[in-house]
Amino acid sequence: MTGWALSLFRREISLAVRVGGSAMVGVLFFLAVVTVIPFGVGPDLNLLARIGPAVLWIGALLATLLGLDRLFQADREDGALDLFLMSGRSLELLVLIKCLAHWMATGLPLVIAAPVLAIFLNLEPVAIGAVTLTLLVGTPALTLIGAVGASLTVSLRRGGLLLAVLVIPLAIPVLIFGVSSADAAIHDPVPFMTPFLILCALTLITAVIGPLASAAALRFSSD
Amino acid sequence: MDLGTHAGFIIASYAVCLAVVIGLILWVVIDRKRQEADLEELAEQGITRAGAAKGDTGQTGPKTSEAAKA
Amino acid sequence: MAIWDYANPTRFLRLVQIILPWLIGLCVIAFAAGLYMTFFTAPDDYQQGATVKIMYIHVPAAWLAMMCYSIMAISSLGTLVWKHPLADVSAKAAAPIGAAFTFMSLVTGSLWGKPMWGTYWVWDARLTSVLVLFIMYLGLIALWRTMEDPIKAGKAAAILTLVGALNLPIIKFSVEWWNTLHQPASVMRMGGPTIATSMLIPLFVMAIAFTLLFFVLHLMAMRNEILRRRVRAMRLKAAATARPATVTATAQPAE
Repeated sequence: MTGWALSLFRREISLAVRVGGSAMVGVLFFLAVVTVIPFGVGPDLNLLARIGPAVLWIGALLATLLGLDRLFQADREDGALDLFLMSGRSLELLVLIKCLAHWMATGLPLVIAAPVLAIFLNLEPVAIGAVTLTLLVGTPALTLIGAVGASLTVSLRRGGLLLAVLVIPLAIPVLIFGVSSADAAIHDPVPFMTPFLILCALTLITAVIGPLASAAALRFSSD
Repeated sequence: MDLGTHAGFIIASYAVCLAVVIGLILWVVIDRKRQEADLEELAEQGITRAGAAKGDTGQTGPKTSEAAKA
Repeated sequence: MAIWDYANPTRFLRLVQIILPWLIGLCVIAFAAGLYMTFFTAPDDYQQGATVKIMYIHVPAAWLAMMCYSIMAISSLGTLVWKHPLADVSAKAAAPIGAAFTFMSLVTGSLWGKPMWGTYWVWDARLTSVLVLFIMYLGLIALWRTMEDPIKAGKAAAILTLVGALNLPIIKFSVEWWNTLHQPASVMRMGGPTIATSMLIPLFVMAIAFTLLFFVLHLMAMRNEILRRRVRAMRLKAAATARPATVTATAQPAE
């Protein structure tokens, strides 16, 4: 089993890195969103420090959504999706591997870029660490939820916008607990671990629901 | 019946609900008229359901021939 | 099983034809009784005054917003698990009605909030969850509308409905968490179990009236949807038989 899973993972990573450089574009978009915020709310450093975790989280959410519409569409166009469906392997596991690879290529760069962008937002070192940690734990959940939207809109020619509308309501819990655990680390109304553990739980829940629903949607879209 | 100082809010709430319900009813009724007009138009062209019965909901079982008259 | 007897759309349409007039009659009676009680017999609240009359439409609308989603979730199970042919018709017909009732409960809630809280909108846990539900309804309707094939659209919407149904309690829980974190319970509770009987009876009658209204609209919308699919199937059939040569000729280069 590990053989095909590993080669699929390697294929996804190399496709993501070589074609279009989506990782770089995602990070650039993240940078652009974070840069735009001070123009909207003003350059008040105290205010920026207060809303910083939220800004980084919303930026990461938008950047993740932006890259998701190609998750299955490219495979559908070149026929790889049909091969996946006919291969007889567990489609759920296949989706999970694809999501993992997609997260490594687009989510992880965002997490790595987050500490740098946090400096622009006047975050303290503790806050920077907390935001980066919550993003590390939370962004896989965004990718996994997004995979459901991506597989539902796979047959639509312009599904990107619809995907975002479908996925955002489902991503609200992740956003809430991501931001509130980062906030809890800065000024503690609650201990950091409480929301952080719920965030971990959300990621694990989406790791079950996401591949199951996504695989079902892909099966239905093909027949 | 005295609606008190906030009569405007109460009337507005009921008006909005009435408007939405009327909108829903209109949507359902107009949609019905349109589908029946389409069915009649198809019937005039001599297309009946007997031949096309399978497509109804896509996955239905066998149809009785009386369905054509429904 | 009774529900399978109505898997045949024609038989279902006949059933609708029989029960619809009764349902409409009951619905009108319930609304007449409910509205009469609301405006002429129900007492004003000693704190909220006459604005409590908004409750008699707000609470039933909110109740229907949730019931409608439950019906859609059950219908989605019907589509995916039992493959009942009318399940996706039911889910599709319910979505716009549910969105309309959710909209109603949002508008009446905010019109109730203005005199009570001094502002049209507070990011109260309950209002926020209903807003998220509203967005989910609209997303589902958008998904239905963008997919051409009703069967595929039905299955996609069913998956999304079920994922949404699994997520709704999580969303509700997280919104409540978020709310207590940001604004400690300053907001009044709506309704609640301590409500007086003289208000509970009109509320109950209005809830029944709204539920009947939902079923009337739902059955009529389902009938429309069945007719729409008939028209679609007949058109496709007619197009396929009338000029098969031209159809394949034009379809070829597009591939």
